[in-house]
Amino acid sequence: MAKATFLVPELTQYTEVPAITPGAMAHSSPFFSKPDFQEPLGYPGELVDDWQNKAIDKMGELLGKYRSLQVYMDACVKCGACTDKCHYFLGTSDPKNMPVGRQDLMRKVYRRYFTVAGKLFPKLVGAEDFTKEVLDDWYSYFHQCSQCRRCSVFCPYGIDTAEISMAAREIMDSIGVGQKYCNEIIAKVYKVGNNLGLPGPALVDTLEGLEEDVYDDTGVRVRYPIDQVGAEVLLVTPSADFFAEPHVDGLIGYGKMFHESGVTWTLSTHASEAANFGMFIGSYDNMRRISQRIQEAAIKLKVKRIVFGECGHAWRVAYSFLNTLAGPWDFLDPRYPVPQHICEFTYDLIQQGKLTFDKSENDDKVMTFHDSCNVARATRMGDTPGGQFEIPRAIIRATCNNFYDMDEDTIRDRTFCCGGGGGLLTDDLMELRVKGAKPRMDALNNVIQEKGVTHMAAICAICKTQFSKVLPYYGMDMSQIISLHQLVGDAIVLTPDPEDEDANDDDDEDDD
Amino acid sequence: MAFLTNFYAFLFYFAALVFVSGVAFKIVQYARTPAPLKIPTTPAPITSTGVTLRMVREVVLFESLFRGNKWTWIFGWIFHFGLLLVTLRHLRYFIEPVWFPIELVQPFGIYGGMAMIVGLGGLWARRFLVDRVRYISAPSDHLILALLVLIGISGLLMKFVFHTDIVEIKAFFMGLYAYDFQPLPADPLLLLHLLLVALLLIIFPYSKLLHAPGLFFSPTRNQADNPREVRHIAPWAKKLEQ
Repeated sequence: MAKATFLVPELTQYTEVPAITPGAMAHSSPFFSKPDFQEPLGYPGELVDDWQNKAIDKMGELLGKYRSLQVYMDACVKCGACTDKCHYFLGTSDPKNMPVGRQDLMRKVYRRYFTVAGKLFPKLVGAEDFTKEVLDDWYSYFHQCSQCRRCSVFCPYGIDTAEISMAAREIMDSIGVGQKYCNEIIAKVYKVGNNLGLPGPALVDTLEGLEEDVYDDTGVRVRYPIDQVGAEVLLVTPSADFFAEPHVDGLIGYGKMFHESGVTWTLSTHASEAANFGMFIGSYDNMRRISQRIQEAAIKLKVKRIVFGECGHAWRVAYSFLNTLAGPWDFLDPRYPVPQHICEFTYDLIQQGKLTFDKSENDDKVMTFHDSCNVARATRMGDTPGGQFEIPRAIIRATCNNFYDMDEDTIRDRTFCCGGGGGLLTDDLMELRVKGAKPRMDALNNVIQEKGVTHMAAICAICKTQFSKVLPYYGMDMSQIISLHQLVGDAIVLTPDPEDEDANDDDDEDDD
Repeated sequence: MAFLTNFYAFLFYFAALVFVSGVAFKIVQYARTPAPLKIPTTPAPITSTGVTLRMVREVVLFESLFRGNKWTWIFGWIFHFGLLLVTLRHLRYFIEPVWFPIELVQPFGIYGGMAMIVGLGGLWARRFLVDRVRYISAPSDHLILALLVLIGISGLLMKFVFHTDIVEIKAFFMGLYAYDFQPLPADPLLLLHLLLVALLLIIFPYSKLLHAPGLFFSPTRNQADNPREVRHIAPWAKKLEQ
C-alpha cells in the first residue's frame, strides 16, 4: 500500500453519492507555471497588472468566439441532474466539484459583467465580482476537472463543463496564471518534439533496442521504423509508449500487428507525440500549432495514411479536431479516414482474417476494459455511432478467452474518468487523483471479487499512467493495468521471414 | 377602471416588446457566435436527420435528463407538458375564430394546469430536500418557481372558485391588436394572474429561462458526428490559415 498523506476512500460495492462537504478540496491546487514555460506559449510570465479587467475582456472575447461558452453560461437551470455525476465530486464530496458548482464559479462572474440581471441584482441571481478570492477558487477548481464530459451526457441542454474549464484556463493563462504541468509540457513539445522531452537519437536507440528484445523473445525480426520516408502509414503515438510500462507493451503490439499486416509504417521524430495538451488549456492557437507538426511529418515522410496509437484526449483532438486544425488531408489516400485509430486498423485486419491469434497466450489473465473518457464521449471508431465501445471489445474477445465488462453504469458513455485526465496527471495533485479514481476503483473491485478479473485494459496513456500510480493506494497491484495492444502482441502468431528462419536454425545449431 | 385597463394594456405591450426583442437578440447572438470545433457528445448521430431526431427526443422527451435523474425528469416533464397544454388552452383568448384543435384541447388544459402545479411542487421540494440541489439554488431559482406556482394557482382559482368574465378578457386582448382598449374586469385574482404573466415575459430573456432557445444551439447536441468526413472551420479560425 502506497503511503498517503490524506485519507484514501474506502471502496464500496456501488459508488454512493456523498453528502456535500463545502471546502473539502479547497486546498488542492497544482504548481504554478514559471515565466520560462509561459512565454513560449504566448502568455505573460506572471499575474499582469490590471488582471481583473484583462480577464473580463478575455472572457468577452471567448464568449464571442465559442458558441458553447455563450449558450452554456445562459442555459443552466440548476436542475441538479449533473450534481452526482462527476468522479471528483463522488470521491471528494466537495460541492464545487459538482459540475454545476464548478460552472457556477465562472457563471457568477459572467452574470456580474455580462448580464443585465447580474449588473442590477447581483445577490438575487448569484452574481459576484471577479475578486482575487474568486480567481484563487478558479485556479483550484478548474484544475479539478479532467474534461471527461460525463456531466454533458446527463445535462438536459448538453452543457459540457469541459468547455467551461478550458475557457477558464485560457482566461487564466492570458493574465499570467498558468499551470506548470501543462505549460511546461507544451513548451517541451515545441522544443524537443514530445511531452517527455525524448530527443530524436534517443528514440532511434529505444526502437532498436525494442527490435532486439522482440527478436530475442520471438525469433522474428519485427521492425520498429522511424523517419522512414515512403512508408504507407505514419503512426503517431503518445511518447509514454516509447519506454514506460505498461505503455511500451502496447507499442510492441502495434509493431507485431503491422508486421503481420504487411503494411509499411513509420514513426516520426518530428511528430513523436500524439497527445495535444493545447486542448487541456483551452488554447486553439497552441492546439493548432501542436497539430501542425503531424501535417508537416506526413508531408515530409510522404505517407498515405495517418494512424494514432492508444491515447484518449489525443484521439479526441485527432478524430474531432485534426481535420479542422491541420487539414485538409487531400494529399493522403482518400480510401481511408484521416486519421485512423490503431484499434480501427487492427479491427479491420481481424475482420479480413489477416491476423492469427493464439488466445491461450492470454489465459493467465481475466480481462475487463476501461472505456477512456474522451474516446467514449468525444470520438468514434468505425462507421457507426458507438464503434468506440464495440471495436476495442471485439479486439479483446479476439485475443482473450476471459473477458467481463464492469457495471453498465460505469462503462461506455457512462464511463468514469481514470481520475488523471485533462492535465491533472501530476504528482502535485495526487490527493485529487486518488480520490477521483474511486468510482472506477469501486467498479473494478466489484468484477475482481465477483468474476475473478485480474487485469484491466485501457487505450489511453493517461489512464495507464494514472492507474499504475493509484491502484496500489486501493490495495491492488500496479501491473493490473495493461495496454489493449499488449493483448494483441501476446496472442498474435507471427510469420517469420525467410531470413528469420535461417537465424532460428543457427540458434538451434548453437543449442545443439 | 380606465386607469387599470390602460396600465395593463401598456404593461402587455411592454412585456411583449421585451420578450420578443430580448429573445430575438439572444437567438441572433447564439446563431452568430461560431462553434469552432466539433464537440457533439458521442455516441452522436452521423447525419443531419439523425441530429434532428436527437433534438426532437431532447425537446419532447427530455432524453438526457431521463438518463440523469428520474425524479427531476418526471417532475420536470409533468410541469413542461402541463405548461404546454395550458398555453394551448389559453390561445382561445388571442384568436378569433378559435381553431378546432384548440377547442379540442380545452378540457385537457385544465388538467395541464394541475399537472403544472404538481410538477413545480416536486421540483421545488428537491431544492429543499436534496443537499446538492439546495447548495446550487440561488434566490432567483426559488423566485422563478414561486412566480410559476402563483400563476398556476391564481389561474386554477379563477377556473374553480372565483370566476371572472372571460368574454371581457378576450375582448381586452383582441382589442390590444388594434390599439383599441376594452375594459378589463377588475377582479384582483385576474389582475394578479396577468401581472405575474407579464413579469414572466419580461424576465424571460434575462434569466435561466433562456434554456428554451439555448438547447437548440447547444453544440454537444446539435452537431453531427462527421469531423473526418467534412472539414469544419469557423470564420475566425480560417483567418489563422492565411
